[in-house]
Amino acid sequence: MAVELLKGNVALAEAAIRAGVEAYFGYPITPQTELLEHMAQRMPELGRAFVQAESELAAINMVYGAACAGARAMTSSSSPGISLMQEGFSYIAGSEVPAVVVDIMRGGPGLGNIQPSQADYFQVTRSAGHGDYHPIVLAPASVQEAIDLMVLAFDLADKYRHVVLVVADGLIGQMMEPAELPPMRPLRAERPDWALTGAQGRAPRIITSLELDAPALEEVNNRLQAKLREIREHEQRYAEQMVEDARLVVVGYGTAGRIAQTAVRQARREGMRVGLFRPITLWPFPERRLSRLADRVDAFLVVEMNAGQMLDDVRLAAGGQVPVDFYGRTGGMVPVPEEIYEAISALYRKLPDSARWGE
Amino acid sequence: MMVAETVLEEQVVYARPASLRDVPTHYCPGCTHGVAHRLVAEVLDELGIRERTIGVSPVGCAVFAYKYFNTDGCEAAHGRAPAMATGIKRVRPDMVVFTYQGDGDLAAIGTGEIIHAATRGELFTTIFINNAIYGMTGGQMAPTTLPGQYTSSSPAGRDVETAGFPIRMAEVIAGLPGAAYVARRSLHNVKEIMKAKKAIRTAFKVQLAGLGFSMVELLSACPTNWSMSPPEAMRWIEEAMVPYYPLGDFKVAEGVEALLKER
Repeated sequence: MAVELLKGNVALAEAAIRAGVEAYFGYPITPQTELLEHMAQRMPELGRAFVQAESELAAINMVYGAACAGARAMTSSSSPGISLMQEGFSYIAGSEVPAVVVDIMRGGPGLGNIQPSQADYFQVTRSAGHGDYHPIVLAPASVQEAIDLMVLAFDLADKYRHVVLVVADGLIGQMMEPAELPPMRPLRAERPDWALTGAQGRAPRIITSLELDAPALEEVNNRLQAKLREIREHEQRYAEQMVEDARLVVVGYGTAGRIAQTAVRQARREGMRVGLFRPITLWPFPERRLSRLADRVDAFLVVEMNAGQMLDDVRLAAGGQVPVDFYGRTGGMVPVPEEIYEAISALYRKLPDSARWGE
Repeated sequence: MMVAETVLEEQVVYARPASLRDVPTHYCPGCTHGVAHRLVAEVLDELGIRERTIGVSPVGCAVFAYKYFNTDGCEAAHGRAPAMATGIKRVRPDMVVFTYQGDGDLAAIGTGEIIHAATRGELFTTIFINNAIYGMTGGQMAPTTLPGQYTSSSPAGRDVETAGFPIRMAEVIAGLPGAAYVARRSLHNVKEIMKAKKAIRTAFKVQLAGLGFSMVELLSACPTNWSMSPPEAMRWIEEAMVPYYPLGDFKVAEGVEALLKER
């Protein structure tokens, strides 16, 4: 495969096709529409299912249906559409069928705007629908990583029979970068042994999230929680740079993490011992590594394109050991490296010569 | 003694269809869900499609329909059965797919899903139970509740000035180009039940022939929430519901005519 110039949304769509998606259901919304458009062209070409749904609600429930039939299925949307899909996420998680969703986040609340944002962090990581669960959430910081995580999303969805969200912002969705697509995988020949395939020569299979009996539903929840613990144990992913001797570590994901990288390098040139920690899985949050870093750094600076959402997770991982400061922009504003550099140097100046603040 | 000669040969004239499981249902006495289930099951048996059928259950009284049909099945969110059925059928066009939905499910919260599934001509069949009330939640006003009808959320009777008029879904769906066969039948007596079965069979045949979307609306009884005895409920269907919801075929697209003539 060769490196080519690819737009984020198109790269996500084509990566999903190469990963073996059998069915795409979606509804147009900026800034993810190119993904749907690419699917509209490619899926019928390959003899696979494409439906432009009447709403995001319908789209996610079509995904639910296709997933019940044992197909690799996906949808994509942007923040307001993801709000509508929350119902479906919950049923999919409750029924334990695999599904992949792309969220190209935009500014909110409400209709907000169509500029890049990370304001969906809470809505995608905390629950993504009613009930007691977290979906798996992957956050790429480049077009290449978007491609790689798109393929991983399908594998994780199948492995855990769970909802997997790939969340990027409008910037990653819209920009073009050189990237390499994976080879085309053949479509899965066999249906999974839980899928609805017609009760031919076997007892009927039922896929439901309904269980009226409270003790039985608690058992369902216990099973779900055990699965989530397993995911938490095995799937924490992150990237880090220059953290070995860092006194201050900047924590940012996706576009914010990538912009922060420029600011961190500048701070290094100025002689500040600063590192970068970039979560790749937002759920499970890479808390293990971050807790270890909290043992030896003097402070964290969280950078997000929202008013401070992942901030909560960093605070939890830091466990009160070190101060956690925050720099964020909202409303679709994208920070420039200089702003983040200013936030870094302001915080760095406050670091005492001793190992901890307040000592 | 030649006892054996006096014993008549036994002949099965009535049995449980293979497409219906041998389990008790949770339906109230006098409810016609059981009749509707049986008609669908008989049709699946007669067409020999049980082993390649996937049913989609609704939210409402028929929420456990998947426990009663002896086919693969799944449970949709309220109103979303047509979207789920679309997803299933698009990836498994070789399967027979049906949704079984009540009036709150199909005619209120799921209007978008049913209208667009029908418009796209999705190749599945919908069995629509219209009993003019929300049964499972305890008798609230449905989109199909008749003018003046008393329910727990229209305690003074449905006032069309504020609550609008009941919606005739068969007529709505019949107006959509993707719908190939749309009929309304009633379950209030044996004659009508036999007609209902024929319509259900036609609807599944339309799916098998790939002619388009098919739906049969069934006027059904809810004695519990109507506060009536089962016989009173049957009379109420005939006397109050049928005049507002006329019975008949509302859409017979090209190619369906021939199927109607088949026995």
